[in-house]
Amino acid sequence: MTAALFAEQVLNGLQLGVMLFLMAAGLTLVFGIMNLINLAHGSLYMMGAYLTATFQQATGSFFLGLLLALPATAVVAMLVELVALRQLYDRDHLDQVLATFGLILFFNELTRIIWGPSAYFLDVPEVLSGTVEVLPGIPYPAFRLAILLAGLAVAAFLFFLIARTRLGMLIRAGASNREMVSALGVDIRLLYTLVFGLGAALAALAGGMAGPILAVQVGMGESILILTFVVIVIGGIGSVHGALVAALLVGLVDTFGSVLLPAAAAEMAIYLLMALILVWRPSGLFPVNA
Amino acid sequence: MPKITPGTLGAVAAVALLLALPPILDLVGAPFYVDVATRIAIFAIAAVALDLVLGYGGMVSFGHAAFIGVGAYTVGILSTHASNGTLLFDGALPIGGTHSALIAWPLAVLASALVAFFIGLVSLRTRGVYFIMITLAFAQMIYFFFVSLETYGGDDGLSLWERSSLLGLDLYDSTVFYYLVIFILIAVLVFCRRLVGARFGRVIVGARENERRMNAIGFPTYRYKLVCFTISGAIAGLAGALLANQTEFVSPSLLHWTRSGELIVMVVLGGMGTLLGPVVGAIFFLLLEDVLSELTQHWMIIFGPLLILVVLFANRGLLGLLRRGTGNDTR
Repeated sequence: MTAALFAEQVLNGLQLGVMLFLMAAGLTLVFGIMNLINLAHGSLYMMGAYLTATFQQATGSFFLGLLLALPATAVVAMLVELVALRQLYDRDHLDQVLATFGLILFFNELTRIIWGPSAYFLDVPEVLSGTVEVLPGIPYPAFRLAILLAGLAVAAFLFFLIARTRLGMLIRAGASNREMVSALGVDIRLLYTLVFGLGAALAALAGGMAGPILAVQVGMGESILILTFVVIVIGGIGSVHGALVAALLVGLVDTFGSVLLPAAAAEMAIYLLMALILVWRPSGLFPVNA
Repeated sequence: MPKITPGTLGAVAAVALLLALPPILDLVGAPFYVDVATRIAIFAIAAVALDLVLGYGGMVSFGHAAFIGVGAYTVGILSTHASNGTLLFDGALPIGGTHSALIAWPLAVLASALVAFFIGLVSLRTRGVYFIMITLAFAQMIYFFFVSLETYGGDDGLSLWERSSLLGLDLYDSTVFYYLVIFILIAVLVFCRRLVGARFGRVIVGARENERRMNAIGFPTYRYKLVCFTISGAIAGLAGALLANQTEFVSPSLLHWTRSGELIVMVVLGGMGTLLGPVVGAIFFLLLEDVLSELTQHWMIIFGPLLILVVLFANRGLLGLLRRGTGNDTR
């Protein structure tokens, strides 16, 4: 492997990693705070991609489309939270799995009805259609680089939000003792809805940015959902910085696996990674309630 | 002499109905429903297997479709080699394929049991949500393994050239195959009933209720759960072997993760932690799928919300509803 190819694969791995982080952050926050396992998180990713496509067609701009898709997906998600998921917080995980499995079926079919069965392919926005020379002699697609940078920026924003703001303080407090937070006069239900909306917006961002590099199609959320599960299991469920480390790790292993290993082994590489890490640490790398 | 309870009467009636089904369907002029009934019975076997770990053991496995797939592929691969006369392994001890059910089916069971054993070995170290996600991830790994298995059709799957042969029975005859599947279903139910009634089953249920206490009184619950998980995988593999014979086709879609989800739905819909619940659930789920898909091609838009309603308002399953009705609740 040449140095140029190596650098390119590292960037590809990191880019997949930040995508996974955007998904994993929402999923792990929702689990850490509401104790809810949400299989339908992948559906929100898919919603984000489809809404970006639609808004892009309407406005003629990818960035405007993405910008509109984020709040739109968040609103859809918060409605779902209000109508259905709210009842599930006190239920056991099996009930949550079943109900959110039902949500996936619903969202997939709804998408098929609204947008039709065939896949959409978004164009890479004009500004980012070229390549950038990241290191001398190593060109890299500008759009992929933009995804990487956007993902890192969101990660930084998220850590700031959680560590330094009042909302973040409430999120942390809600994760460690929700009865106490509630008793201190915080509207915990509103907090839950907001956190769910935030997670949805992050998923929509990932979905929207994936639009130009993958096909926008029904079921696109499910393959990334399972990778996201691997990420949060490795990182430790409920831990945001665990999610970041694990997402980058999984992104790199998956990318290098598909370059270096034969096909059958490549697809299995990240699952073997997960198995090895769990043998070593059954609650992930950064367990929350140690 | 055993006491005759409403339960045994019900069981006798149910068995009689199952045995009488093909002639009845013949009489009403719908013999093709025998195939539907066979398919339901095969999924009932898989659902009963899942209920052993899910209902009795409290282990929410989201990967049972993988064991069905391994069982089905074992039969499919052996049959392919038998048909084109090639060897499965070449070397000091060459092994060819076979159509014989007496060899292929036990091998299917063995292969699924082995896979279940190794998945359980890692997964059972974790609990709760971790367990759900890990079983899902391992099942996905096996899914991708078969997708990348180009020799055996990869993504497109593998057509069986012929069904297994078993003691001179004509397995191509829908009715014969139906009776065989029903016989296996009843055998599995009897086996599981003995299993959960025995000390082994009590330990499994005890571990579900309070694992720490079971450990404290000296039961190595991890080992018990691993055995339970392995048995469950083995039975699911048997269902896979039967399914491969019915459809004469195996493909990675058998192992798709939504299949595992559907199996959980069957178990919970029927009533988990009971043996008949999964059977009732399989019947209800597959018939509902049939009816709704007749109604509209977008049947999932009805089924999805229906599932949420069931979870919210009837989470003890159909059997639970029935029992509440008769005041005959034991769980």
